[in-house]
Formats: sequence, C-alpha cells, structure tokens
Amino acid sequence: MYILIAGGGKVGSNLASTLLKMGHEVTLLDNDRNRYAVLESRFEHVARYGDATELFVLERAGVERADLVVAVTGDDEDNIIVCQVAKEKYGVEKSIARVNDPRNQPHFDMVGINLTVSATATILALIEHELPEHQLVKLLDLHRENLEIVEFAIEAGSPAAGRSVRDLNLPNKSRLISVTRDGRAEIAIGDTELRPGDLVMAILEPGAEDELKRVLMAVPA
Amino acid sequence: MKLLIVGCGRVGSAIASRMAADGHDVSVIDDDPEALARLPEDWPGRFVQGHALDLEVLIDAGIETADACVVATDGDNTNIVIAQVAQKRFHCPCVVTRILDPARAAFYSSLGLQTVCATSAAIETTTQAICATPGRAG
Repeated sequence: MYILIAGGGKVGSNLASTLLKMGHEVTLLDNDRNRYAVLESRFEHVARYGDATELFVLERAGVERADLVVAVTGDDEDNIIVCQVAKEKYGVEKSIARVNDPRNQPHFDMVGINLTVSATATILALIEHELPEHQLVKLLDLHRENLEIVEFAIEAGSPAAGRSVRDLNLPNKSRLISVTRDGRAEIAIGDTELRPGDLVMAILEPGAEDELKRVLMAVPA
Repeated sequence: MKLLIVGCGRVGSAIASRMAADGHDVSVIDDDPEALARLPEDWPGRFVQGHALDLEVLIDAGIETADACVVATDGDNTNIVIAQVAQKRFHCPCVVTRILDPARAAFYSSLGLQTVCATSAAIETTTQAICATPGRAG
C-alpha cells in the first residue's frame, strides 16, 4: 500500500518506521523545519517538508495514488482538513485521523471521517471497562455498518434479572450477543436466562442505548 | 438581521462595526479577550470570549438563531471547520468564510461553502494594475 502520513511527531514517525518495515511505501509530511531536519536524517526521501493542508503539497506527495491517508498532527482542524480534502477532492478511500481534543470528535464525525483515534476516549473506555460495576460501556463502533457493540452488567435490581432473553421486550434496533457468567461466555439465545452479575454484550443501532438501558438496567435509586 | 461574527481581527471587527452601525443585532466571538478593543467603545452588540469550535461557545453566541454567520479567524483550516459546523450542524442560512489560500477557497466553494479569498482579489487587482500601465515605452 501507499500510505501518506501528515504529522511527523512521535505518532507519525513511529507509524512510518513500522509501516516501512512491513514493506509499505510511505511519505511522511511535516511543516516544522527543525522536525523535518530530524525526520530527513532518519527517513531520507520518505520525509517531505510541507503543510499537508496545502493542496499542492498533497499533490506533490502523490495523494491521488494513496491507498490510505493518516492525519496525526497535533492540530484537530488540520487533521480534519487533510482527511476531508484527501477523500472529497482526491478520492482517497481510506483515512484515519487523530483527535487531540475529544470535544472536537463531533466535527470529525460531521465531515464523515469514520476512523478516528482519541487517546482520551480510549483511556476512558478502558477505565470504564475495568470498573467492577460499570454501566453500559461502548466496546466497538462499527461506523460503516452504523452499529455499535456495548457491554453492561445485569444488577440485582434489573428488570431483566431472572428472565429469559425471549421474554425481554428488547428494542427492535438491538440484539443480545452473549452472556458471560463466572468468566464463561455463551451466545445469547431465546432460552438464555439472565441473572444478576451477568455481563451481557449487545449489538445495536446508535440511539437505541436509552431504550436498551430501560429494559436491562436497574433504575438508579 | 441577527449576525454572528467569528474572529474579531481587522476583517471581523470592521464588518461587526459596520453592521451594528446599520442597526443589525451583532454578536462576536474571539478567543482573545483583548480583541474586544478592536470594536467601538460604545459597542452595542455582544462579545463572547472563547474558541468557536466549542459548540457551547457557538450556542452561547446565538448560532442557533443567527440569520447569517461570518467566519474570519486568522486560520484557514479553523475557518473551514467552523463554517461547516455553522452550515451543517446549525443550518445557518448564510455562512460566509474567509480563506486566504486560493486553492482551498476554490475547493471548499465547490463543496458548497460561500468563500471570500482576499489573496485572489489581491492577485487580480495587482495584475490588472500592472497590465494597465504602458511601462517606460509609453
């Protein structure tokens, strides 16, 4: 694959060296003179000096034949523009963007950048997953399919405790996938009975979370 | 008319002053509190200090009810993102965006943004001025 990386900081330069080792063709763009000098001595012709949000810089870096564009600068607006221009103007099918400030996530979503990586959001999800009595936690976003996979615990006061999956009035836009009890997971079928302490995984369309919570989770006192 | 202006530099403050003097209801956003000094001393409109990518700041400044929005901060990419937020998320009926880079201005105008590129105007005017003179021969 030919991969264009915008931003040659720690993330961008480590990505570049790993991708090169994997045998991919890589161009690494950075518009900071000092950083470029370091990158050039390490990566030679793979490193290029320039602002990746300038169209001529992207064109000279061969954006039109790129299979993937990765925008990992420290500036969210720049990352949004790089991915949007690559997709809308140059027809690059795939792009991945780094979200520096999680408050900017809706802006990435709005312009249709499906693959985003945010350190803050990832760490938060990990912490929630580790908490013993966590509520509904999003495990995976399937952007292209417009689905998400979530996990939640069945508590003692849950309206679903003691009932089988078949008898639950689940929202139409959701299905239960699996039930984990005492560390063992089983596929959820109609006969599966939910008990307090179970960890349940579900697949649903975004927006169905609240309805699912009403069916499965205890109302906070 | 209710007008929201993002970026209170030379361009933003001048448009804000003129529109307010014409009796329009003007609200200005800038992340630098000192930018307020660019507005007239008896400024009749609002001034909201904050970054306009922050949705709460935009809402506080009245984006939801604004008839028009001018985006003129000093960053092209910031302007492009804010303009798309105003247009796509808040459905502001008129969004005008300042973009200094002619290439990005042309591309985003093809995507449906109303862009103003001072650089293109300067190139055009300067070239015309040069071509209009006969030079030493004349």
